[in-house]
Amino acid sequence: MAKHVLVPTLALVAAFVCSLAVYTQGPLPGAVYDSDRKGEKPGPPPRRDLAGIWEPATAGGGIQGKGALAMESCRRDKATGRYAVQQNPPLTDTGYATVDCLKPEVEPPYTALGLQRVKAHKPVEGYRMVPDAVNNDPILGCDPGGFPRVVLHNFRTSEILQTPTHMVVLYKFQKRYRTIWTDGRELPKDPQQPAWTTADRLPPEPRWWGYSVGKWMDDYTFVARTNGFQDDRTWLDNAGLPQSDTTEVEETYHRVDANHLELSIRITDPKLYTRSWVALDRLRLRLQSANFDIQEMECSPSDQKHYYELFGNLTGLSDAGK
Amino acid sequence: MRNRLMRTLAVTLGLLIVSAPLLAHHGAAQFDVGKKVTVKGTVVEWFWANPHCFLRFDEAGADGQVVHWAVETQSGPNILPQGFSRQSFKVGDAVTVTLEPVKNGRPMGRLLQVMLPDGSTLPLPVRGAAGDSPQN
Repeated sequence: MAKHVLVPTLALVAAFVCSLAVYTQGPLPGAVYDSDRKGEKPGPPPRRDLAGIWEPATAGGGIQGKGALAMESCRRDKATGRYAVQQNPPLTDTGYATVDCLKPEVEPPYTALGLQRVKAHKPVEGYRMVPDAVNNDPILGCDPGGFPRVVLHNFRTSEILQTPTHMVVLYKFQKRYRTIWTDGRELPKDPQQPAWTTADRLPPEPRWWGYSVGKWMDDYTFVARTNGFQDDRTWLDNAGLPQSDTTEVEETYHRVDANHLELSIRITDPKLYTRSWVALDRLRLRLQSANFDIQEMECSPSDQKHYYELFGNLTGLSDAGK
Repeated sequence: MRNRLMRTLAVTLGLLIVSAPLLAHHGAAQFDVGKKVTVKGTVVEWFWANPHCFLRFDEAGADGQVVHWAVETQSGPNILPQGFSRQSFKVGDAVTVTLEPVKNGRPMGRLLQVMLPDGSTLPLPVRGAAGDSPQN
């Protein structure tokens, strides 16, 4: 390549890399990523053991802005034969003009209601993103993000505590936790009307984070199932995919070797989707040192209010859109 | 060889462009992506929060008018590894801010780089920032 092309191109790449510095979730100091241990040969996985502090094996790999492999607006361009993202017509300035969508086959299979719900959601990320001023994403007012959104978008450093009766997952994002029961109990068959009314145990009322039970399928594969979500105020991801009180989530944790865990998620909701679909396919996590300190990442309504006073409408759109 | 290099560069650049808006709490819709403005000013407020911190500073305009700037960064936890902290700026600090402005012309934008009174700059280089993954 001629120098007069190579040099400006390299400069452009370098400038872009530098300009992104503030806007990336870079590697965390003290964390170890696969790129730090090239050529390693991890030992065998421990038997029936998920405990530890886990970070995406690739720095930033848990931050999935496009959402749960959602390709809602991905359409084939007849002229070129290529798949491309259609812009949201009233708000064409989405910042995604050049994005391609690589896997149209994983577009969630919406029911009519599912399609209606996803169209009503106005996310600030993903293919249907809108400017902040006109979004209706509940977490931007500090509502709980819930599950599985915490995994499908903001899976940051998380810790799994394992006891004989349950697992607890501590999430950095919004500083939340979930309990996954492993004591043999079943999921409530009708989570909106739980039948458990025994005197010594409260019924599992519908929750923002659902109700979870799990079991080992073999010595290295743990499957958790979750239902009992309270309503449709939680979204599946930052791209605005809908969730409802009939959503069921299946998580598969596969212990690959001594250092790695892979996490997959399957969504079932007959109200919103015509069939089950895989929202997360083997997100690779890496075990961190037991003394790794997980930072706080809390959502504060008063902080949010102060931010939006200044930055709530950067678009120049009319206030009518608020 | 030349073609391969060119392709690699094109793909790298493409991935970087695509990945840029994926990582903040919101996308880049309101910003004039790629445009850079450098402004000298005096710190009014450094607000440390999630999902965005922001820096407010006043620029003494040529006509004597003060321009009140506000630039955002990512969340505190995201920028800690880049050398920022809750104590990075004090009110009254003289700073030189390179920013990506909003499209509507208001004195607002995203902070790209800032020079502090002692001449040092933030963000610090990030370990492996360009090499870990396309998303990075």
